[in-house]
Amino acid sequence: MRVASHSHRLDGSAGGCGTVNGAQTAWDLLHEEAMFPRITTSCEDLDNILGGGINCKEVTEIGGVPGIGKTQLGIQLAINVQIPVDYGGLGGKAIYIDTEGSFMVERALQIAEACIEDMSECGGLLRKDFQAFQLKMHPNNILENIFYFRVCSYTEQIALINYLDKFISEHKDVKIVIVDSVTFHFRQDFDDLALRTRLLSGMALKLMKLAKDFSLVVVLLNQVTTKYIDGSFQLTLALGDSWSHSCTNRVILYWNGNERYAYIDKSPSLRSASAPYSVTSKGIRNSASNCKRIKSGVVHLVISRVGHG
Amino acid sequence: MANKQISQMGLPKSIANVFAARNVFTAKDALSLTEFELMELLDVGLAQVTSAVAHISEIVCPPYQTALSLMELRVQNEHLAGHLPTHMKGLDEALCGGIPFGVLTELVGPAGIGKTQFCLKLSLLASLPANYGGLDGHVIYIDVESKFSSRRLIEIGVKSFPEIFHRKEMAQEMAGRIHVLRPASLSEFTESLQQIKVSLLQNQVKLLVIDSMAALVTGEFEHGAPRQKTLGWHVSFIKSLAEFSRIPVVVTNQVRSQSRDETCHYFFQVQSWNETIEDRTRHDSHLVAALGINWAHAVTIRLVLEAKSGQRFIKVAKSPIAPPLAFPFNITSSGILLLSDDGIELTGPDINTIHCQGLSLRFCWGNLQKNIKWMPKTTIGHY
Repeated sequence: MRVASHSHRLDGSAGGCGTVNGAQTAWDLLHEEAMFPRITTSCEDLDNILGGGINCKEVTEIGGVPGIGKTQLGIQLAINVQIPVDYGGLGGKAIYIDTEGSFMVERALQIAEACIEDMSECGGLLRKDFQAFQLKMHPNNILENIFYFRVCSYTEQIALINYLDKFISEHKDVKIVIVDSVTFHFRQDFDDLALRTRLLSGMALKLMKLAKDFSLVVVLLNQVTTKYIDGSFQLTLALGDSWSHSCTNRVILYWNGNERYAYIDKSPSLRSASAPYSVTSKGIRNSASNCKRIKSGVVHLVISRVGHG
Repeated sequence: MANKQISQMGLPKSIANVFAARNVFTAKDALSLTEFELMELLDVGLAQVTSAVAHISEIVCPPYQTALSLMELRVQNEHLAGHLPTHMKGLDEALCGGIPFGVLTELVGPAGIGKTQFCLKLSLLASLPANYGGLDGHVIYIDVESKFSSRRLIEIGVKSFPEIFHRKEMAQEMAGRIHVLRPASLSEFTESLQQIKVSLLQNQVKLLVIDSMAALVTGEFEHGAPRQKTLGWHVSFIKSLAEFSRIPVVVTNQVRSQSRDETCHYFFQVQSWNETIEDRTRHDSHLVAALGINWAHAVTIRLVLEAKSGQRFIKVAKSPIAPPLAFPFNITSSGILLLSDDGIELTGPDINTIHCQGLSLRFCWGNLQKNIKWMPKTTIGHY
């Protein structure tokens, strides 16, 4: 901290001759980070290892085997982004890019209804703006705030990501972009792997730029493949080694015995850790065996945030 | 969309000509190159390339819908909000109405467990008039292994819907709505898929059944990557067929034994020695779905049919909306009968494992049929 404040003073007094155009000091970045809250995943344990939730201005990749809950988490985040900031969301809209046709609108409705129900449990902690939120938030309103794009080829996927810059400039209240999954069209008969690597890294860079320019949360869902390492097959996320460097954060969802777990595989600021979670009829929630209290994760978040004023 | 011609996109003449001169004709050609590559190829400045790419992207980009309008479209316009009821109450409830439209539903299980029986029943249900809970439409049944039995189909019909099927013209009409294709090879199948796309748009086809997907590639290649790669195009194509025509697509899959090399762990998962021994014995006796992990990602709903201690079960192994439930069932003369409508909820990855214990599948319907050269006049009983 002392080094940072020292350079800050230097900048101020030297009138800019120590700075680089376009650069921000680490101190400024630290303060900026505090201004941008994270989106809750509705699972307290998962939020904890993520440092409070999925971060803004960064690209987070989430991968796992079929059926582990990637799409579930994607839909949960598309809904949670709409919760007011004090309650774990960003008060914004969502863009859901569906490349596989896995988005089921009935499930989104189910999760939206459960989210509203859980919010109304915060009866004892109401602030006056909450009542306004509650009146406004009908499950249909929540569905209305999800912009759904169905992409059928990698060309469309690239075109859409190029177009997002214009779209989000016109819809400034979008706060999250979810791609489910980023993998699908790049796995079907792609003969030229070098081309694939170039296209994927181009896409990753554009998404990172979008995240930074518009202060968005970007979540990319990935599939899994097997790799032959050290004499045995291991599971690993798809799209290859170069891709694995492209995203800022990487979370792997996996089975540990009979429970679903999330593992932070890569992050510049979070340590590697695992946390259990579950997929219920209400969406993503705390794992049943870890639930010491009956209320949901959102309520805990409210208690902690309201407590800190 | 990807093959849309650049010349038809309304770009300024000058840049459109440059694209054409350098053999960049479609959107796919243009977007497969990075902006620097385009600059080099077209010999124009970055600003021009950026604005051309932005223009092309905006045109090729798919339109958006809000999730609300998506729901209103489906719930209000489609039969039972986009579901084909299976007439198995517990399963229909778990799947929120039945087999969903617009996505791939997979039936996987060992030979003789009842996958084809399920498909026959579904075909019948799709052809029935709306007032009997059907889709009142045609069915395309791709029968790769020659397992389709019209006699069995009629038997199921007569036993399940006697009031319709006791009249010969009705039976003829319903059976006449089911079109059976028998491709002899993967390339024939590929050709027929193209034709199916055309007829889907023209006719009243309400269900597509592919029985079985795995049989299409068995024997074509050795184990390994080629098999999965070949199906990649087909998977995308079938999924897009399902979505654009908003019909249910049911695909059956075979099983194979899990080889010892196939552990299911990531590098960060530490396995104790005891666990490894246990895993090995588990693997020796377990079956897994064929076609690999790519395929497993591509299907939206996976229904696993298995036999455990002599009892058959149908399990909802993968579904965006249903909990992991297992329902015991039997095969009867009227199709598949659930023994209990309250499923047993399974936790953990066991919902995905496929058992084949205690059931003498040599005497199941499918295998028996192959041995019979002619059918007696009396109705064939159930097993």
